Amino acid sequence: MSEVPVLEVDNVSLSFSGRRILDGVSFEIHRGEFTGLIGSNGVGKTTLLRIVLGLQRPGAGEIRVLGLPLSRHSRSLGYVPQKVVLDPDVPLRARDLVALGLDAHRYGFGRRTKQQRELVDKILCDVDAEHFANSRVGSLSGGEQQRVLIAHALVSQPKLLLLDEPLANLDPKSVQEIVALLHRVSSDHDVAILLSAHEMNALLPVMDRIVYLTEGRAASGTTEEVVRSDVLSKLYGHHVDVLKLHGRVLVVAEPGAEAGDIPDHPTLTVS
Amino acid sequence: MHILFEPGFFSSSPVRTAVVMGAVTAIVSAIVGVFTVVRSQSFAGHALTDVATTGGSGAFFYGLSPLVGFIGAGVIGAGAMDLIGVQRARSRDLATGIVLGAATGLAALFLFLDTTKSATTGATQQILFGSIFTINPRVIPIAIFLSGVTLLLVGVIYRPLLLNSLNADLASARGIGVRTVGLLFMFALAVSVALSSIAIGSILSTALLIGPAAAALRVTRTIGAAMVVACILGVATTWLGILLSYDSYYWVSSGQGLPVSFFIVSIALLLYLVSGLPVIRRVVETGKLGTVA
Ligand SMILES: Nc1ncnc2c1ncn2[C@@H]1O[C@H](COP(=O)(O)OP(=O)(O)OP(=O)(O)O)[C@@H](O)[C@H]1O
Ligand SMILES: [Mg+2]
Repeated sequence: MSEVPVLEVDNVSLSFSGRRILDGVSFEIHRGEFTGLIGSNGVGKTTLLRIVLGLQRPGAGEIRVLGLPLSRHSRSLGYVPQKVVLDPDVPLRARDLVALGLDAHRYGFGRRTKQQRELVDKILCDVDAEHFANSRVGSLSGGEQQRVLIAHALVSQPKLLLLDEPLANLDPKSVQEIVALLHRVSSDHDVAILLSAHEMNALLPVMDRIVYLTEGRAASGTTEEVVRSDVLSKLYGHHVDVLKLHGRVLVVAEPGAEAGDIPDHPTLTVS
Repeated sequence: MHILFEPGFFSSSPVRTAVVMGAVTAIVSAIVGVFTVVRSQSFAGHALTDVATTGGSGAFFYGLSPLVGFIGAGVIGAGAMDLIGVQRARSRDLATGIVLGAATGLAALFLFLDTTKSATTGATQQILFGSIFTINPRVIPIAIFLSGVTLLLVGVIYRPLLLNSLNADLASARGIGVRTVGLLFMFALAVSVALSSIAIGSILSTALLIGPAAAALRVTRTIGAAMVVACILGVATTWLGILLSYDSYYWVSSGQGLPVSFFIVSIALLLYLVSGLPVIRRVVETGKLGTVA
């Protein structure tokens, strides 16, 4: 591919008080790609996304967005943080939060143009949020808020959308809806997506690439390239089996090995 | 007419000064108050009033204008709170408490010195509970100027401040200097509190800051609408308070009116309680007030 990657993460390392969180993590994301950042709790997914955003300085390594070193004010990135608590007592409509995605960084006065208001309406439709666009955003359900936050991140027309565990706390039906929505939005808006999750199965149908994070190291590639027994065994440092069953993936540690660091705890639910 | 407005209400120059000063104060308090409530900074607002008390009583002792003391101390206090408190809500709370404690101690000293110096309790009364009827009319242009600057500041930082108040992560991802915006707002808060300290006294100014804003936030659907409603409620509260206080001169035989601050705070509290009534909430939910922009 000759085009510059939307995101290059180049040999990024970070330690917190002597503890190595990320250890030489490298991967690339290309235009319009859907990438899953998969890893168990505490493995450093949020930290890595914050480094990509420029909110956290890496100890070593480099981030490039569209081929350029990251400047803190890059408008080419949209972000949906992991835990967003929106106060139900604040009178703010869903559409107001989306509109802030357009111009919240601007100081000074100025009304939003007709064009901008139409863009907000269009994005709200794109994420199927038009019927609660005028409701208080703090009193919407978790799934509804997630849509509004995606719209907020999307409205500035970024080239890359970073979503930190957007599927946590959603029931299976909402998970499917949001995944399908993100997939659709990604191609409609020509925006690449980097989405963190501790469970990859819901993402298998839409993921172009996977970044599999464990113990600070990352393996990246297509799911066929990464979700394989030999690759993951090398990453974990002990043998793991990858089972494919009914279109789902189970990563299973050999008996006796520490299974706690495996993000996809094998489940026997058949969907 | 005389049932509502006692003789001389409109021709009295202290009343005219009070009406103007009351309106200016109420408007600034309402606008700044909406953000104070949204940012859960009522405690910081209240702490700044105590800091302002220190400045006011200190200025009185050294023979300076209380306004200078109120504002100077407020701005220094706001800076100090920002220095001590990092971005987290918890340490912000702690920083507020520390500054509040220090300021109150100093205020106690100055108020003591003021009383011994002037051999009356007038100074204490004036600083703590305000003196809207005895304001020097020359203060009015200064107050209007400061209000204008404060409203301009809030207007300029409106959008970054709003997103920052909703969620700091979202704001910093948009490249907003969370720290800078927070500090600028603290300055606006300090000036607003100083103005209302003069009008209704430093210990009661929180009521004017929070009351109308909190009531307005309950009955509106956008921040802009909340600001408009808060201004209307605030000005109405202050004017009604002034009127009742003036009238109360004729109610009691002692020959002294009851304090304006008492009426303003009571009305503000009443408004807040009424705004929580189920009837009002239903009106809001069906969208009748939501279109006020
Ligand atoms: N500011 C910090 N100071 C010290 N340690 C930190 C800091 N931020 C994160 N950590 C540590 O870094 C590790 C990775 O944290 P991070 O939040 O990135 O994990 P995560 O993969 O997002 O986890 P989860 O799935 O639970 O969200 C954790 O062990 C955490 O305790
Ligand atoms: Mg996380």
